[in-house]
Amino acid sequence: MKKVYVNEDWCLACHLCEYYCAAANSGAENMIKAFANGNKPIPRIRVEEGSGINFAVQCRHCDNPICVKSCITGALSVKDGVISCDESRCVGCYTCVLACPYGCIVTSENSKVISKCDLCMKNNNGDPACVKGCPNKAIVLEER
Amino acid sequence: MALNYFQPLFDVIRDKDRCIKCQACARQCANEVHRYDGDLDKMISNSQQCVDCQRCVCICPTGALKIVDNPNKFRNNSNWSQQTMTEVYKQAETGGVLLSAMGNPKEYPVYWDKILLNASQVTNPPIDPLREPMETKVFLGKKPKDVTFNEDGSINTETTPTLELSTPIMFSAMSYGSISRNAHESLARAATELGIYYNTGEGGLHKDFYQYGANTIVQVASGRFGVFKDYLETGAAIEIKMGQGAKPGIGGHLPGAKILEDVSRTRMIPMGTDAISPAPHHDIYSIEDLRQLVLSLKEATEYKKPVIVKIAAVHNVAAIASGIARSGADIIAIDGYRGGTGAAPTRIRDNVGIPIELALASVDQRLRDEGIRNEVSIVVAGSIRSSSDVVKAIALGADACYIGTAALLALGCHLCRSCQTGKCNWGIATQRPDLVKRLNPNIGYERLVNLVHAWDHEIKEMMGGMGINSVEALRGNRLMLRGIGLNEKELEILGIQHAGQ
Amino acid sequence: MKKYVIIGNSAAAIGAVQGIRSVDKEGMITIITDEAYHTYSRPLISYWLEGKVTDEKIYYREPDFYEKNNVMTMFSTRAEKIENGFVVLDNGGKVQYDKLLIATGSKPFVPPMKGLDEVEDKFTFMTWDSAKAIREKVTDGTKVLIIGAGLIGLKCAEALYHLNADITVVDLADRILPSILDVRAGEIMQKHIEQKGTKFILGASVEQFAKNSAKLTNGDTVDFDILVVAVGVRPNTELVSEAGGKVEKGIITDLHQQTTIENVYAAGDCTVSHDCSSDTDKILALLPNAFMQGEVAGKNMAGEETLYLNAIPMNAIGFYGLHIITAGSYDGDADITEDADKEIYKKLVFRDGLLKGFILMGDVARAGIYTSMIREQIPLTDVDFELLREKPQMMMFGKARREEKLAGITH
Repeated sequence: MKKVYVNEDWCLACHLCEYYCAAANSGAENMIKAFANGNKPIPRIRVEEGSGINFAVQCRHCDNPICVKSCITGALSVKDGVISCDESRCVGCYTCVLACPYGCIVTSENSKVISKCDLCMKNNNGDPACVKGCPNKAIVLEER
Repeated sequence: MALNYFQPLFDVIRDKDRCIKCQACARQCANEVHRYDGDLDKMISNSQQCVDCQRCVCICPTGALKIVDNPNKFRNNSNWSQQTMTEVYKQAETGGVLLSAMGNPKEYPVYWDKILLNASQVTNPPIDPLREPMETKVFLGKKPKDVTFNEDGSINTETTPTLELSTPIMFSAMSYGSISRNAHESLARAATELGIYYNTGEGGLHKDFYQYGANTIVQVASGRFGVFKDYLETGAAIEIKMGQGAKPGIGGHLPGAKILEDVSRTRMIPMGTDAISPAPHHDIYSIEDLRQLVLSLKEATEYKKPVIVKIAAVHNVAAIASGIARSGADIIAIDGYRGGTGAAPTRIRDNVGIPIELALASVDQRLRDEGIRNEVSIVVAGSIRSSSDVVKAIALGADACYIGTAALLALGCHLCRSCQTGKCNWGIATQRPDLVKRLNPNIGYERLVNLVHAWDHEIKEMMGGMGINSVEALRGNRLMLRGIGLNEKELEILGIQHAGQ
Repeated sequence: MKKYVIIGNSAAAIGAVQGIRSVDKEGMITIITDEAYHTYSRPLISYWLEGKVTDEKIYYREPDFYEKNNVMTMFSTRAEKIENGFVVLDNGGKVQYDKLLIATGSKPFVPPMKGLDEVEDKFTFMTWDSAKAIREKVTDGTKVLIIGAGLIGLKCAEALYHLNADITVVDLADRILPSILDVRAGEIMQKHIEQKGTKFILGASVEQFAKNSAKLTNGDTVDFDILVVAVGVRPNTELVSEAGGKVEKGIITDLHQQTTIENVYAAGDCTVSHDCSSDTDKILALLPNAFMQGEVAGKNMAGEETLYLNAIPMNAIGFYGLHIITAGSYDGDADITEDADKEIYKKLVFRDGLLKGFILMGDVARAGIYTSMIREQIPLTDVDFELLREKPQMMMFGKARREEKLAGITH
């Protein structure tokens, strides 16, 4: 199954992946509308910056997803290898945050529920926005 | 400073309705033009530092940025332009020599744009390159004068070593140190995939690129940086750099600040020392000395590799070329005054040298007149900007063209001409690791391959239009060219007639 | 065709169903449960009581789960004993099994307290039914006394706060949430909850009950309309012990989740697990643990050998917007950072060159990275210690591990 992989050799920490992700998942028509009126939609991929090394982290869609097994409501589920969250069932208990070894479950002050990458299944017909938006091909969609 | 003589050259214009404050512009500007102000919750831009490299414009996800000329104007004066006046202010302030990067930007005539190509109609019909085979393959090196036979009656096909090019285009010399490691990797990989060559320039050959040696021309310049046995043996050809179009008559200077560990190892000089290439090779003071170096290099590599001699196009370039043709060199590379550079004194770059079009025509004609045109191939450089420039160059007599600036444009360069600062935002003319990262060779090499493929296809189209199906038939074929808006003398030097004749 | 029987209908049972079906699509699966409902999430009963979760959303799996997985269900049926390869039911029926899973969970423990019989409206808080019963009795201003300031007692209190009840919580321990927090973290959380009007009386227990009041060992008397007892739970182990299987603090299983009785497995709150962070055996009554044990049991029952390894205590819980995430054991050298004004507390516990446990309060983002360090027993020498202390981040691992985890490049 094709997943999103990040090559830290090319990540420039420009953070554009975060903005493209947030806009794609915001439900708004385009990026300008997504961030208009002080809106700050939450990205599901986040860049870690270090000294000379940067990379973006998002859900690995593990074959053995501890988050799904830990979810107390059944909001997290797997379909065709893609792990997604049914936000209407999430109660914000953060058991998945406790479980995820990559720390890729996103919490936000403005929202009780969690969010996570679902490979843009609901946007762009499964064409991940972070891959398209990365200016240096640090983020790719591949089978490995 | 109390009196600021140096107003910003550019204005950064930000469309507030489009800006989403993603800060990508701030993160990507090495000149620190943009920043995010948390108190005001806005992006603020300080145009003073802007060099118009267009990185922020290209990366902005909503297209909110524009860089325009700063409309702040001195009073109009056809003699004293604003730029000329500012240069005087700079020198009054610093007492220094003005430095510039990339090629001569001044308004001299561009002869390529005053030459037109022929097309066939009716008689000698044109050829469709999508239907008929077209030969753009070129061999560079000495061509035999006569056909000779072996004892058994077969034709002797042995020649002195030549370079085989799939298309008459190569990547020009740009040193590692003036450009980044990733830029070199892109050029090396592209040259390998295309079946052409790239040139190390005077910075030596990085150890990671020995694997591409079969597509590498190794340069021996006046500083002899990085020159040793393995270096010579790895390359496919050796180029002796006598001069460079952008700065004829002077050497090169890479500041010590840019000589970091990797550059130091590749050039084989200590870290932090200035890398100064002297103006002349201090062992070449006559044409006989040049011949001696050519033959030494051939001895050292067992006569297996062609030797190129690169010269700048200056006033008596034809005589120099004639001497080189007799020195044992296999290829002459001529670099016109529009050629690029990482850093050169502004006055030299803008005022020294002659156009490559005229140099090429006079060299080709002279060598033919002397009956020695076959002794060498001619490669030209110095602002070959498109496939039509390539076709015109070949028709004027060149065997192949070097592209430098065009290759860097393919890698992302926007000709902001600030290479000498070492803060290239596109990861090309810099050694800063955070900036070099921006040039991903996986993307860079593909763009170079695309560019050359596109030009190769266009060359075939233009040749086909002329009814020619092989580059050999185009070479020196001045009847395919006509001048437009050129005077008698120019037409005479170029050896072409005026359009309408 | 194999016959699988599962006693229980919560996380461990569902994990087992998924585990079995990942290997054996044909075998018969029967679930026997003494509750009347489609599988629901036990932790959600407090959210339901609060009104945050509706009747539809309390279910743990989709309505057609049993159908899709070909599971037969026997609701409101109690298993009485295991005998000769059969489960004997309270209605006299017998169910034959090839493989049996005991996923009976635990029951609330009500200690003997003087005068408890006189109290009319007394409840425990384990089942949806108990939540339903409480909701009937609580309205604006109802006085509630909760015995037990642990996870269950406080979640119940939070739900009741949203129903406008007047709440007092009593516990014998010197701090709230003693099973997962230390003294200082307990203090910060207590202060946070007290802001909502909940009263705490700690270090005390009930000496004597009357119908609507309790006299405490510290001399206080607390009046109440209803009483909730949430002092602890006891694992439901009788089925195994009476059938001769080994039971200590809970049902003893091996790493395959098999009990000492042939073909009988156990998973979830009723079992003892090996906690690899403290290298001791204890009951790990946590939903993730229950599900994963059930899954392992199911796979083994269906013939695919799997082991359950790296179990540790772990908890994620929040009260009125202040979250806590904890894991592992707190025995070792502690590294503490605190910002009490922002209600932020962080404790990292190290021992034997490993991260053994942590308490995060307030800022709990990406805690799972710490959890993985404990579970996988990654030596501290393999990470950048300063980055580890700063916050959970993948950057603290070396390039080789990062490439393996994020770039799919194995070394």
